[in-house]
Amino acid sequence: MNFSELFKQSNQLCKVSPDGKYLATCVQYRLVVRDVSTLQILHLYTCLDQVSHMEWSSDSLFILCAMYKRGLIQVWSLEQPDWHCKIDEGSIGLVSSRWSPDGRHILNTTEFHLRVTVWSLCTKAVSYMKYPKACQKGIDFSKDGGYMALAERRDCKDYVSIFVCEDWHLLRNFETETQDLSGLEWSPNGCVLAVWDSCLEYKVLLYSLDGRLLSTYSAYEWSLGVKCVSWSPSSQFLAIGSYDEKVRILNHITWGKIAQFEHPASIDNTKAEGNFVLSVPELPHPDEICAPPIQIPVVKPDPDRANPKIGVSVLAFSSDSRYLASRNDNMATAVWVWDMQKMSLEAVLEQTAAVRCFQWDPRHPRLALCTGNSKLYLWSPRGCVSVQVPAEGGFQVQSLSWHCSGDFLILLGKDQLCLCYMDAEQEENTSCRHCENV
Amino acid sequence: MTHFKLFENNEISRMSHVMMSPSRQSNLELAYSLSTYSVIGAFCTEDNVPQCLLHINQELASLGLPVCIEASSPEGANLNAVPVLNAVYELLQIHRRDMCTLEEMEKEQMKKSSSLDLIQMTNSRLKDQLELSIREKSGLYETERQLQLKLKTLQRCLKGEKDEVQKLQSIIASRASQYSHDAKRKEREAAKLKERLSQLLIDRKDKKLAIDVLNNLGRSDGKRSQWRTTKATASHEGEMYKFLLCDYEESQKSLVLENAELKKVLQQMKKEMMHILSPCQPSSRGATADEELAESDEDEKTRDSSRDTLDQSCEHAREQLTNSIRLQWRKLRNHVEKLDNQASQVLHQMESNKDMIPFETHQDEMERMRHEVQQCKEFIHAQQQLLQQQLSTSFDDETAALLYDCYTLEEKERLKEEWRLFEEQKRNFEKERRNFTEAAIRLGREKQAFEEDRAAWFKNHFLNMTPFTNRRRCSSSDGQSSLSIISEPEIRMSVKAHKAKASTYTTFSTPKSSRSTAAPSTTDLYRTLRLIPDCSSSMHSNQVWQESSTNGDEDIRIKSKSRGLHCSDLDIFALGEDDSLT
Repeated sequence: MNFSELFKQSNQLCKVSPDGKYLATCVQYRLVVRDVSTLQILHLYTCLDQVSHMEWSSDSLFILCAMYKRGLIQVWSLEQPDWHCKIDEGSIGLVSSRWSPDGRHILNTTEFHLRVTVWSLCTKAVSYMKYPKACQKGIDFSKDGGYMALAERRDCKDYVSIFVCEDWHLLRNFETETQDLSGLEWSPNGCVLAVWDSCLEYKVLLYSLDGRLLSTYSAYEWSLGVKCVSWSPSSQFLAIGSYDEKVRILNHITWGKIAQFEHPASIDNTKAEGNFVLSVPELPHPDEICAPPIQIPVVKPDPDRANPKIGVSVLAFSSDSRYLASRNDNMATAVWVWDMQKMSLEAVLEQTAAVRCFQWDPRHPRLALCTGNSKLYLWSPRGCVSVQVPAEGGFQVQSLSWHCSGDFLILLGKDQLCLCYMDAEQEENTSCRHCENV
Repeated sequence: MTHFKLFENNEISRMSHVMMSPSRQSNLELAYSLSTYSVIGAFCTEDNVPQCLLHINQELASLGLPVCIEASSPEGANLNAVPVLNAVYELLQIHRRDMCTLEEMEKEQMKKSSSLDLIQMTNSRLKDQLELSIREKSGLYETERQLQLKLKTLQRCLKGEKDEVQKLQSIIASRASQYSHDAKRKEREAAKLKERLSQLLIDRKDKKLAIDVLNNLGRSDGKRSQWRTTKATASHEGEMYKFLLCDYEESQKSLVLENAELKKVLQQMKKEMMHILSPCQPSSRGATADEELAESDEDEKTRDSSRDTLDQSCEHAREQLTNSIRLQWRKLRNHVEKLDNQASQVLHQMESNKDMIPFETHQDEMERMRHEVQQCKEFIHAQQQLLQQQLSTSFDDETAALLYDCYTLEEKERLKEEWRLFEEQKRNFEKERRNFTEAAIRLGREKQAFEEDRAAWFKNHFLNMTPFTNRRRCSSSDGQSSLSIISEPEIRMSVKAHKAKASTYTTFSTPKSSRSTAAPSTTDLYRTLRLIPDCSSSMHSNQVWQESSTNGDEDIRIKSKSRGLHCSDLDIFALGEDDSLT
C-alpha cells in the first residue's frame, strides 16, 4: 500500500470528481483542483470567503463553492478557468446548497428553510419551492437524476413533492402519514421512495414514484424509533436502524420484515452461529481473531439528553449488496458486518477507540474504517489489514472516502489529507490471519 | 378322703400359698379350714405323728419361728399345747399380716390397673389428637406453600409491572427530553427569525438576490430547453408511468424466471425422490402397499407431465406440485429414517465395518444428487442469464415475441444451413456455367479462326494445286473417293493407330508428317469427340485448344471442324462433330 504526501485542506472539504479524474480540495478560501494520477495542481481558484461546502457537478465540469455565512455561491469551470459565476442569496441567507443531477441548476435552501431557490445556469432563471421541511434529509434526487423528492410542511402536516428534474415540473404532491417527517430516500432503481418519521414514532412509509402508498412498516410503539435508513444497491433490501439497537431488513417484494439483526453486548456461539470476532488492538502484533464468547464494551448514554447515543446510526451496504456494515452508538468501538445471503453475522470489528468513519469500496466488498488515530483499517471477507499512515508529525485519520474506481482512498485529517493507494495484490497477501466464516 | 393321704409335701406347701382376697378371708378361712381340716386330717394320722411333727417343726423353722413343738409323750399323739398354740398364734399373725399385705397389694394393684386403664385411654386419645394435629399441620403446610407460590407470582408480576412502569417512565422521559429539545430548537429558530426580521426592518437596505454569470451555459445534454406546455407535462406523466411499468415488468420477469427455475428444481427433486423410492419399495416390507403407491406415483407422474406442458401457472397445478413434493419428501424421510434405524440396529448387533458402507453409499448418493441439483441450478442460471441478455438486446416487442418462440429458432437454424448449402451449390453452378460459356465463346472464336484458316488454306491449296493432285483432290471431293480415303484416316484415327499410311501425309507437307507423332493422343481426341466424359472437359478442351493453337495450323485442322477436300481425317471430325458444334 502506498501513501501520497500530505496536502492541506480545511473543513474536511475534499472531493473526487464523478468521473474520477480530478481531486478538488478547499484550503481556507482557495479551491485547489489536482489531477488524480499525478497530484499536480491543475487549477487554483480563489473564493470570496471561507468555503463551507464544495460539490462537483455531475458532468465533472463545474465545482460549486458555497459560503454560508456570506450567503454566496461561486461556481468554477474546469474547462474555462476564466468563466465565473456568483450567486448571491441576499438578505435571505443560505443554509445549504447543492447541484441538480443535470449539472446546470443549483438548489439553495435559504435560512430558516423559508424556501428552496432553483437557479438555472443556462437561463439565469429562478424558481422557488415553498415550505421545504427542515429535517435530517429533506431533499433527495433519484439515482438516474430524473426525479427529485422534496419534503414539505404546511399547516402542521407533512407533504412530499416529486419534481421532474428536466424542467422542474411538479409531478406529484401528496400528504404523508407521518407525524413529523424526518427523511426521505429514493431506492436505487428510482421507483420507490422511502419516507420515515422522526424518532418519536417508528414509522417507515414506502411510496411508489406516482405517489401511491405501497406499504407502511412500524416495528413497535412509544420507544424511540428509526435512527437511520439505507437501501441496498440492488434495491432488494431496505435496512432500518433504530434506537432499540436492532437493524430490520425489509424486502422489496412484500415490504415485510425478512430479518432482524441484533447488537448484543455479549456474543456467544449460539447467537453468532460460529462466526468469529475480530479484535484489532493498538499494538505492534497483528490483529487478533477471537472466538466467541466475546464481550463488547458498552457505554450507557445519558438518559436525560435528547438524541441519546444509543441505537444503530450508520448503515452501509457493500456495492454488490452482499454485506451490510452497521454501527451501534453505545458500542461505538465496534463495527458489525452482516452477510446478506446468509442473513447472519459475518464479523465484528472491534477497535480500541470509537469508530469515526467507515465506507465500502465502490467496486469490491472491502470496508475501510478509521478511529481517529493514525491507522487505517481494511476488512474484506478474506482477511483484514491495519496500516499505519506514514506521516511525520502524526496524521490522525478522521474521515475517509473511496475513489470511484476503488483504487485508492482519501484520508482526511484535521487539516490535512492523504491518499492511500491499494495494491492489486493486496487481497492476496494480507498481513494478518484470515477470518474464518462458518 | 382316702386319696388325700398320698399328698406330697410340695402339694401341701402349694396349697398353703394360695392367695385369697381379704374380704373373703374369713369364709375362705372356714372353707379352707374345712378343706384343710380334711387335708390336715389327711396329713397327720395316728401313725405318722412324729413325722408330721418333724415336718411342722421344719416348716416353722423355715418360716423363722423358733417355736418347737414337742410331743407330750413319746408315743402318744398329744402335743405340748403351749408351743403349739404359740406356733399357731404366730402362724395366725403371720397369716393376718400376709392378708393385710395381700389386701394392700390388691388395693395397690387395683389402683394401678385403673390408673393404667386411665393412662391407656388418655394415651389413645392423645394419639388420635396427635394424628389429627399432624394432618392439620400438613394441610396448613400445603396452604402455606400455595400461598408462598402465589406470593412469588404476585411478586413477579409486581416486578414486571414495576419494570414496565420504569420502561414507560424512561420512554416518557426520553420523549419529554426530545420534545423539549425540539421545542427549544424551534424557539431558538423563532428567536433567530425574529431577530432577523427586526434587523431587516431596521436595515431597510435590502440586498437583492442576484446571479452574476459570465455567460450562459449550454444544457448538459446539448438540447435546447423547451417551453413548459401541457403536452410536456403529459409526456412527463407518461414517462413516469413507463418508467414504473418497466421496473414492474422487469421484476415480474425475474420473478417468473425464478418461479420457473424453482418449479423445475422441484420437479426434478420430485422425480429423483420418486426414483429413489421406487426401486427400494419392492425390497421393503409391505410390498403390496408400496407397489400401489408406486403405481399411483407413476400415474401422478404422467398426469403431472401432461399438465406441465399445458399450463404451468395454474394454481391447481402449483398446489398439486407442492403437495406431491411434500408427499414424496415425507416418504423419503420415512424411508431414510427406516434405513437409519435398520443401520443402527445392525450396528449394534454386529460390530463390523461392513454396515457402514451402505450408509456411506447413501451419503454419497445424497451428495451426488445435491451436486447434480447444484449443477442443474447453475446451468439454469446460465441459461437464464443468456436469456436475459437476449431479452435486453431486443428493442422491438414484436421481434422479442418472435425470438421467444424457440421453434422458429430451430427452423431458422435449419434454414440457414440449407441456405448455405444452396448458396454453395449455386456458386458452383455459376462457376461451371461461366466456364462453359467461356468455353463456348472460345470455341466460337476458335471456330471462326479455323474457318479463316481453312479459307486461307483452301486458297493456298487452290493456288498451289498440281494437275495430279488436283485430280486426286477433285476425286476426293465426291463422296465415294472421300469414303475410300476415309479408310486411310480411319485406320489412322482408329485405336490401332496404323501409321502405315504416312505416305498420304507427305503429299501435304512434311511438317505434318512430323507432326503426326505430335498428334494428339487418342484420349484427347476421344475427349474432344465427347466419346469420353470429362468433368473438367471444358477446361481440358481449352487446354487442347490452346495446345492446338501452339502446335500450329495443321493440328487445328486436325482437331477443328472442317469440310476440307484434303485428308478426310478432317471430314471425320466434321462428321463427328457436326451436330454438336454447329
